[in-house]
Amino acid sequence: MSVRITEAPIDAAAETAELSRGRSDVGALVTFAGICRGEEEGAPIAALVLEHYPGMAEEEIGRHVEEAKKRWPLLGVRIAHRVGRVTPGETIVLVAATSMHRQAAFAAAEFLMDYLKTRAPFWKKVERAGGTHWIAAHDKDDAAAGRWKKSSREAAE
Amino acid sequence: MKVLYFAWIRERIGKPEEDIELPVSVATVGDLMNWLKKRGEEYAYAFDNPKVVRAAIDKVHVEPAAKIASAREIAFFPPMTGG
Repeated sequence: MSVRITEAPIDAAAETAELSRGRSDVGALVTFAGICRGEEEGAPIAALVLEHYPGMAEEEIGRHVEEAKKRWPLLGVRIAHRVGRVTPGETIVLVAATSMHRQAAFAAAEFLMDYLKTRAPFWKKVERAGGTHWIAAHDKDDAAAGRWKKSSREAAE
Repeated sequence: MKVLYFAWIRERIGKPEEDIELPVSVATVGDLMNWLKKRGEEYAYAFDNPKVVRAAIDKVHVEPAAKIASAREIAFFPPMTGG
């Protein structure tokens, strides 16, 4: 299990290769990459600038990785998150989960991503030719994270 | 007590962190927000709408009613927008 916060570009292939290298028990690998779009709210952007709370960001993600391991039979989890200036087309976040079978890997990757959006202390600022502004949080992200609470009992069974 | 600020709260207050001597009357995170608000215009601006301010004690999310007695550091920040 690895949680990494980095100012350097994320290489998705290299990150995920680590999860299956030298082992024959991995039957499923699910990766999600969040990419910086070239526009926000219908207007082009130059970059996103990401700020985080050092220490808490790693710990908070780590707590959700532990929760995911309790809910699903995972063989590995790898999360990498950019901070600093990220330009359109670059990967902001990578979540990868491995398991023997696909269901656990799909579910865990989605669970981790939903919680990462609403609970991990990162903040995005939009940089445009005309100035900068902070991105506001979306209610739909809270709703996405909230649905895992309702299904916690089923998932544990 | 170490108090940290992030994102637009940091920008409004004008500093990323500070050490503050708290009066004993400040018992909860909510009390601390109200107390900070009175420290100056920049704080009043930062805590203008307490509903959109989130807090953590020692790097764990807490609600405004959380007691701060044993805290080493308290952080204030807007709703998170990572990922």
